[in-house]
Amino acid sequence: MATINKKRQLGRPVSIVGAGLSQFGAFPEKDSRDLFVEAFQDMVQSMDKGFDIHDIECAYVGNYSSDLFEHQGHTAPIVADWLGITPIPITRIENACASSGSALREGVMAIASGMYDVVLVGGMEKMTNLPTDGVTDVLASAADGLYEVPSGLTFPGIFGAIAKAHMDRYETNLDHLLKVGIKNHQNGALNPKAQFQQTITEMMERRKARAQERGQEVPAWETDLDFLRDDRSNPWIAWPLRLYDCAPITDGASCVLLVSAEIADNFTDTPISVAGIGQATGKPLHDSEELTSLSAAKAASQQAYDMAGITVADIDLAEVHDCFTIAEIVASEDLGFFAPGEGPRAVDEGRTARDGDHPINTSGGLKAKGHPVGASGVGQVIEIYHQLRGEAGERQMKKANPSVGITHNVGGTGGTCVVNVLRRES
Amino acid sequence: MTSEFNAAAFYKHLKEGKKLMGVKCQDCGHLSPEPRPMCPVCHGFNMEWRQFSGRAKLSTFTCISIVSAAMAAKGYGRDNPCCAGIVTLEEGPRISARINGVDGRNPQDIKTGMDVVLDLEDVDEESPSLAFKPA
Ligand SMILES: [Zn+2]
Repeated sequence: MATINKKRQLGRPVSIVGAGLSQFGAFPEKDSRDLFVEAFQDMVQSMDKGFDIHDIECAYVGNYSSDLFEHQGHTAPIVADWLGITPIPITRIENACASSGSALREGVMAIASGMYDVVLVGGMEKMTNLPTDGVTDVLASAADGLYEVPSGLTFPGIFGAIAKAHMDRYETNLDHLLKVGIKNHQNGALNPKAQFQQTITEMMERRKARAQERGQEVPAWETDLDFLRDDRSNPWIAWPLRLYDCAPITDGASCVLLVSAEIADNFTDTPISVAGIGQATGKPLHDSEELTSLSAAKAASQQAYDMAGITVADIDLAEVHDCFTIAEIVASEDLGFFAPGEGPRAVDEGRTARDGDHPINTSGGLKAKGHPVGASGVGQVIEIYHQLRGEAGERQMKKANPSVGITHNVGGTGGTCVVNVLRRES
Repeated sequence: MTSEFNAAAFYKHLKEGKKLMGVKCQDCGHLSPEPRPMCPVCHGFNMEWRQFSGRAKLSTFTCISIVSAAMAAKGYGRDNPCCAGIVTLEEGPRISARINGVDGRNPQDIKTGMDVVLDLEDVDEESPSLAFKPA
């Protein structure tokens, strides 16, 4: 443990010069390879100065479980074939929901080592082939199958237990959790790639209108919270978490092009540098130091901040791993934005909204944008890339000219955490 | 050298021996309810069996409505949420476990901090799991 806090540096600087995201949602006709090609096409078409695919020298793709979701192992070569980039080396990285966060890290280190100048990294997950109970079991397999899963704990169950511990220890209540979802849906409504491009209010009004059309009793909900507190519209998944506290089941893919910083201006005048990368490892929740915090997130963020030479005060915005609403609150504390236990009040005060002092998940987060688990880490990086370049459209954060953004990508229930510091240098 | 400290032995002790058997590191004294061949603290390989009393406190829990396939087979689900959580054993370590003898439909009535004891009433023959119940 002692060595994790050593300040580390990249062998040479690395920049992101292109980013592409597939549509997020449920696409019965598409396989993960198709989703990846869609993300790649989006990247190619948005490159500022164009791009020759033959420049790619190496690739890493994050994917949690094509084996169980699609009955397809060894997916990385298939991606290379579908892109027509064989025989360059491509490697699949699996770290549960942090798979593409870790894939990005491998790509950064491959360039920093001096071995390659241009590396493609991304992620993909095709989840909707399985029914919800099948997905529940696949996701649960990211926890300890010998000592957590036999107890009946599911993935939402473990985060439910974290939420209960947070509620016991601090003044956290159920409404704080629901408000995270309301905020993230407000952002997702402005994201054309999001799975849910609707606010909670819009969803509520639609449900009321449908009841009226059918001549049924129109529910008496007046506010978002009325709708979200109702067991019929928002059933329990794993108390204290309800349906709208959970990220959805999503098909999607993401990719970015990494290059050595010295050649970045061949591709764009506005590269985003990978100023700091951190990755750390945690234990099952029952063996963690605290039940209200992910130790790997604290360690990974400290590494990334140290490498970038920043403090929390320098960070303009963050994309954090809100696989569950409580996870966003815990992340906002682990990353140092708020003291332990202060995360819920920050939500109440709107401090994490797009116009707040610590905007979190301007993309809509995993909650509204969607959570194709293996694609999510790089998906977060893409949102920061666009925000720092001032090209996030309607959901562009309020503060002008943001220069530093971070991503926080969690695998499982904190077994892995990857934190990146991204910076606009020009 | 093969080690006898593994999950198969843990669940065999639970099922046949009716006891919670973990390990203790003979070098540094570290306790782990999960039998493991190597001490994660001092990194020694001198582990020995250690019985845990089965007395614990409920540290946190959840009541799960969308259950795993294994819990669905036991009759849990939307109408009968499954309570699972983390208990802190009298000897110090924590472990994940099912929480029996509570009403998963009324989580507000389940109190963290309460005393629980090892529950061997329905240790499943096929897929045994660790369970506790209110003391
Ligand atoms: Zn030891």
